[in-house]
Amino acid sequence: MGLSIKVKKIVNGFSLDAEWTIGNELAVLFGYSGAGKSLTLQIIAGLLSPDHGFIQLNERTFFDSSTSRNLSPQARSCGYVFQDLALLPHMTIRENILYGAHGLSKTDREQQAGQMIEKFRITGLEQKYPSEISGGQKQRVALARALIRRPDALLLDEPFSALDNPLRAEMQHFLREVRREFPIPIIFVTHDVFEAYSMADKIIIYANGSVAQSGTPKEVFNNPASNEVEQLVNTRERLLKSVES
Amino acid sequence: MQVAAVATVLVVIVGLSAAYRLSRKNFPGKELLDILLTLPLVLPPTVTGYYLIVLFGRNGLLGRHLYAWTGWSIMFTWYAAVLASFMVALPLMVKTARAAIESVDENLIRASYTLGHSEYWTALKVILPLARKGIIAGTILSFARAMGEFGATLMIAGNIPGRTNTMPLAIYSATGSGDRSQATIMVIVFTLFSGFFLYAASKLSRRVL
Repeated sequence: MGLSIKVKKIVNGFSLDAEWTIGNELAVLFGYSGAGKSLTLQIIAGLLSPDHGFIQLNERTFFDSSTSRNLSPQARSCGYVFQDLALLPHMTIRENILYGAHGLSKTDREQQAGQMIEKFRITGLEQKYPSEISGGQKQRVALARALIRRPDALLLDEPFSALDNPLRAEMQHFLREVRREFPIPIIFVTHDVFEAYSMADKIIIYANGSVAQSGTPKEVFNNPASNEVEQLVNTRERLLKSVES
Repeated sequence: MQVAAVATVLVVIVGLSAAYRLSRKNFPGKELLDILLTLPLVLPPTVTGYYLIVLFGRNGLLGRHLYAWTGWSIMFTWYAAVLASFMVALPLMVKTARAAIESVDENLIRASYTLGHSEYWTALKVILPLARKGIIAGTILSFARAMGEFGATLMIAGNIPGRTNTMPLAIYSATGSGDRSQATIMVIVFTLFSGFFLYAASKLSRRVL
């Protein structure tokens, strides 16, 4: 069980060559902007096809270049939260959440929507439009929409990057709850070192389109495998202090 | 008027599907199709009309077969007037709708796909509603253009009173035969109607958007 990928892709001169496996845990893809983290998410979700390799989730093969298998994004059942959240501006919050409930029966949809609205503390906002609610509320709506049909994996592309610190902490708390409740692989892209350290069950460090190191946060932060990784995590003294305090 | 309305309905159907394909698909001959669909915008209507005769005339490339089968030709019928208006109005729809469809945020479309929705459903529920401004504008422009169509209509539909004489054609005949008062009335009616139509359209679009 879990998610395994081994993919190669060249886009506009940038070359991605990544291979990793995670279980039903929260994995953080960490690295500088432009290291290939978001590209990896898009490839897992099927929004882009790799040139070579395979992607497998819970023994279901999404992509395999050797057998020319390539499932559509619709068939992959990956919840995806985009960096800009991609809430549909012409639909109310309730309609946005229901839009994620594709494939459920009508009573199921209503019931699930009610549960999600309560769980993600969206109550009272159902009839508003995305432009009328705050940044933190939008994040919760995007999460609810991505999770309502119980996807097989959750992909988060720096969803909290636009938030200031108190809100960010609140969202991190939410995400921990999600992780407890949904035993699926969760892949979380960030370039915030504190977020990476505090959220991850497993950290996968990206540098220049490939995986520089992976392991638990402690392993990676205490024993960086290369100078590159060292540079990425060298804020650890500051970080450890702030964690202790 | 009836001609323009029917032509506009066809323009919306054909124009939208063409605009969608041109903006979101890659296929061989895409640029050529784009140019062919845009040409009637810059060609003199008589040239467009001439091509329609070549295609649909009784001895035309398509019209010949139609005539052989059914003994019927579209030439100098009411349908020909619709066809002429359709051809000259189509580019306006394709251009504006394509620009509007291309301006829809790509991430919204991708989000819809990852939520399990098919391409067709996404087009219906995400792309069309968000591109409606351009689509409405395109429809208005197309209708206005179809209503004012003269050249191509004259070429393939002729000017047969009670059958194919659209208002612009009637104005032309009235002026040609020296019937100034008749022409003046029709010109005023036409101008007032067009003005009112544009006003109503801008009101409507402001309310919808």
